[in-house]
Amino acid sequence: MTAAAALQKAKTTLALTSNYAVAYAVKAADVDVVAVYPITPQTTIVEKIAEFVDDGELNADLIHVESEHSAMSAVVGAAAAGARVFTATSSQGLELMHEVLHIASGLRLPIVMAVPARALSAPISIHGDYSDVMNTRDTGWITYIASSAQEVYDTVIQAYKVAETALLPVMVSYDGFLMSHTTEPVELNDEEEVRRFLPRKDRPNVLRPEKPITMGAFAMPDWYYEIKYQVQEALMGSLKVVEEVDAEYGKIFGRSYGIVQTYRMEDADYAIIAYGGAAFGNAREAADIAREKGIKAGAIRLRVWRPFPTSHLLKQLAGVKAFAVVDRAIAFGSSGGGPVFLDVAAALWMNGIDIPGLSVIHGIGQRSMYVEDFVKIYEMLKSGERNKVIYMGLRL
Amino acid sequence: MSLPRVHEIPIGGIITEPGSSRKNLTGGWRSLKPIIHDDRCIRCRICWTYCPEGTIKEIKGEFVVKGRKYQYKYEIDYNYCKGCGICAHECPTKAIEMVPEA
Repeated sequence: MTAAAALQKAKTTLALTSNYAVAYAVKAADVDVVAVYPITPQTTIVEKIAEFVDDGELNADLIHVESEHSAMSAVVGAAAAGARVFTATSSQGLELMHEVLHIASGLRLPIVMAVPARALSAPISIHGDYSDVMNTRDTGWITYIASSAQEVYDTVIQAYKVAETALLPVMVSYDGFLMSHTTEPVELNDEEEVRRFLPRKDRPNVLRPEKPITMGAFAMPDWYYEIKYQVQEALMGSLKVVEEVDAEYGKIFGRSYGIVQTYRMEDADYAIIAYGGAAFGNAREAADIAREKGIKAGAIRLRVWRPFPTSHLLKQLAGVKAFAVVDRAIAFGSSGGGPVFLDVAAALWMNGIDIPGLSVIHGIGQRSMYVEDFVKIYEMLKSGERNKVIYMGLRL
Repeated sequence: MSLPRVHEIPIGGIITEPGSSRKNLTGGWRSLKPIIHDDRCIRCRICWTYCPEGTIKEIKGEFVVKGRKYQYKYEIDYNYCKGCGICAHECPTKAIEMVPEA
């Protein structure tokens, strides 16, 4: 082995934004087709991928399309033909893709998409919250919410294995701007090793001229229900795939994350459930401060939002006296304020568990979330505030 | 005919064999049903030409209607007829009537 090759094989750590971390992961996964339309804060992902393609570091077809609807349509077509594909978007772009998201999952195509989450219009906001990701809730996509650039990199690689095993599209989301445009150290894997982790497998049903098939045909009422149930069944079963892939990845590359992450939950009386980088970071710091004040505080992070990790979460909530969910999106007009709160409440109720909770809306349109706010949430839980929606950081 | 269960359908509802759309009967959404009054039919074949779904069948044989001999008659395949009414609209002798589906 030459010195240069040895150097390349050695672990590389670079300072990367989460967006660049995605691009490096896409390169390592040796993706065939990338279709994309630029939108803030996603743009720099594909700028970096375009560089890789231009420099000959990634042998992929980069398709310039005329909208996000076309971007998703193009990767649906490429994936149908058996290619390994990638696209990325945010906010209104994700909304414009919405109808095609259903087609991707309905056709059971292993598409991977990165979504640095951003607030929705109107009014126009380029800043980060999770309104866009939460709006894709019922589209049948496996949805991760990562909380560090390193995790973004690792999750995109894992996502290909999950997608190609479960035959479902996978979305990897993370905080817009707070992560997409901030730099962290990221340890990169040896690309040969990543390619061994992601072997090319022949999918049984792809478009090829020798053996014609029809994809996306019409289904009468006596067929449609069964085909959609297949998606539901695959999605519910995919949590196991997510877990196995994470464990296998951990064995090979030394980093794994699990389905839910916890902080000081061993003896916690009061838990904050959060997702994304900023919220979980704040919750952890606040838990330390709350504990100094004598409140047994802990934090839980959902790493996987769809399929909803009901049993993993309930295990964590088992000994808790009260919990709060910090949502960075509003489920407008709903019974419980935030989208994740609704699922947590349903998970408890469906399993006959009665733990009181607070639905906290915060960080909308990237409104600053302070650690003190999270400490206040622990204090509210301790003081017995129960079962209501709190709009934190709002000028009321 | 019994339809396949969830796990018998190729995933993604993909159609893997040619001609299998014959199993997918599309007549179920019809609300009006065309009836051919054979005594008014002049065998012009316009309904056969216009049917967008190809559900009008041309039957060969010896047919005597009101003393006249014909080589053909036309029937509708109700398994696939969607009841769009184009045949009735186009028929020059008004031999096709749209009646409500029972």
